[in-house]
Amino acid sequence: MTAKRIIARLDVKGNRLIKGIHLEGWRFLGDPCDFSFKYYKEGIDEIIYIDAVASLYNRESIKEIIKKTTENVFVPITVGGGIRTLEDATEILRSGADKVAVNTGAFKNPELIKKISNRFGKQCMVISIQAKFKNGEWVVAYDCAREYSDIGVIEWAIQAAELGAGEILLTSVDKEGTQKGFDIDLIDAVCSVVDIPVIACGGFGKKDDFVSAVNCGADAIAIAHSLHYDKITIPEIRSFALSKNVQVRPS
Amino acid sequence: MKKVYIIDYGMSNLLSIYRAIEKVSGVPILIDKPNNIAHWDYLVLPGVGAFPDGMSELKKRGFDEAIIEHSKTGKPFLGICLGMQLMLSCSEELEPTKGINLIEGEVKAIPKVGLHGKKIKVPHMSWNTITMNNEFSSYPHFQIEHKPYVYFVHSYCAQTEIKHTTYSYTSIDGFSFSSIINKDNLWGMQFHPEKSGAEGLQLLSSFLEL
Repeated sequence: MTAKRIIARLDVKGNRLIKGIHLEGWRFLGDPCDFSFKYYKEGIDEIIYIDAVASLYNRESIKEIIKKTTENVFVPITVGGGIRTLEDATEILRSGADKVAVNTGAFKNPELIKKISNRFGKQCMVISIQAKFKNGEWVVAYDCAREYSDIGVIEWAIQAAELGAGEILLTSVDKEGTQKGFDIDLIDAVCSVVDIPVIACGGFGKKDDFVSAVNCGADAIAIAHSLHYDKITIPEIRSFALSKNVQVRPS
Repeated sequence: MKKVYIIDYGMSNLLSIYRAIEKVSGVPILIDKPNNIAHWDYLVLPGVGAFPDGMSELKKRGFDEAIIEHSKTGKPFLGICLGMQLMLSCSEELEPTKGINLIEGEVKAIPKVGLHGKKIKVPHMSWNTITMNNEFSSYPHFQIEHKPYVYFVHSYCAQTEIKHTTYSYTSIDGFSFSSIINKDNLWGMQFHPEKSGAEGLQLLSSFLEL
């Protein structure tokens, strides 16, 4: 039986874990490798690292983090942040990441999705979509949500899947960091138009939120704030899910 | 000291399997040329990507023949993910392509619809359980009676018609495929043991006890 996944999302700046609200206003929290190892021991299903400064500096820091993580963490690792070319993706995958998450790079150059997918396989190519609710619809945000487009998220999700994306990391800019729950309508809208797995991100605050996301079609959830600030534990999220008949990997 | 030779044919994330072998006290050695086949005590063929590319890269380096040579020595061999698929007779991925044919079987696409018409999301990118085929219960090498969860990420799979060579099967919404295959010293795992946490590491550890 397939299990729904609980993923930890770690935003990094240089060699430090950061956390923000609405993707701005960073705070430094410590060594990302310590956090991911802790989550691994607690039974996390996957780790996502987003390199917040990749486009400004080189990638040496994130590559070091990936290498160190793979020494002790034996679950899939996805890395995103500033991936603009096939060479960028290759560099990240060769450092030990299992999948790359691409946002702005793909939005500005959709052919990149096809290139990465053809070279490494769909399963390595995660399209990261940041959604901002504006004028009655969700539009695609990019450049760490500093810019909003007038392209609809639904339209972009369909296009990205057709181009070869294997998975969607769907983040609600409005809910991110608020711990007030996922944008359920957004998840439902995207899950109903694509046949590839969707990871819901942005807004997790209590264990019910996982169940709600799954009920809307999400295959996984990504959590940052609640885990990094010790508001909830992975075993708690799991046992609650099991009590609501959501299939998860047992602790 | 258990030396584990890992084939580097440009088709995979080698660091993960390298680290995992280290973690279970093996000594991983990457090989990109088939020299000294007789030295390969444990041979691992990892792999991520498409079947036709995989076969072409193996052939380019002479590994297809080397793997067949090795299989006659009786020493343990493990194919992982694409590596497992390449062990079979052929695949329909992208274009019909012949495999190494160590174990008879075909690689086919995971269907988009399961039992009762339920939609199956492809790639099958998920933790899922492996269930042992009863045919092997009298001499189980891998202890999987508890149906552990392991991590799968694939769009193609081996079918369970291969009864005597399917060590474990896995299902997605009623559709079944072979998750571990076996013939003598030859083993294949469709999932990634190096990405399956403690359960996966235990399977790798058991492989090194062969």
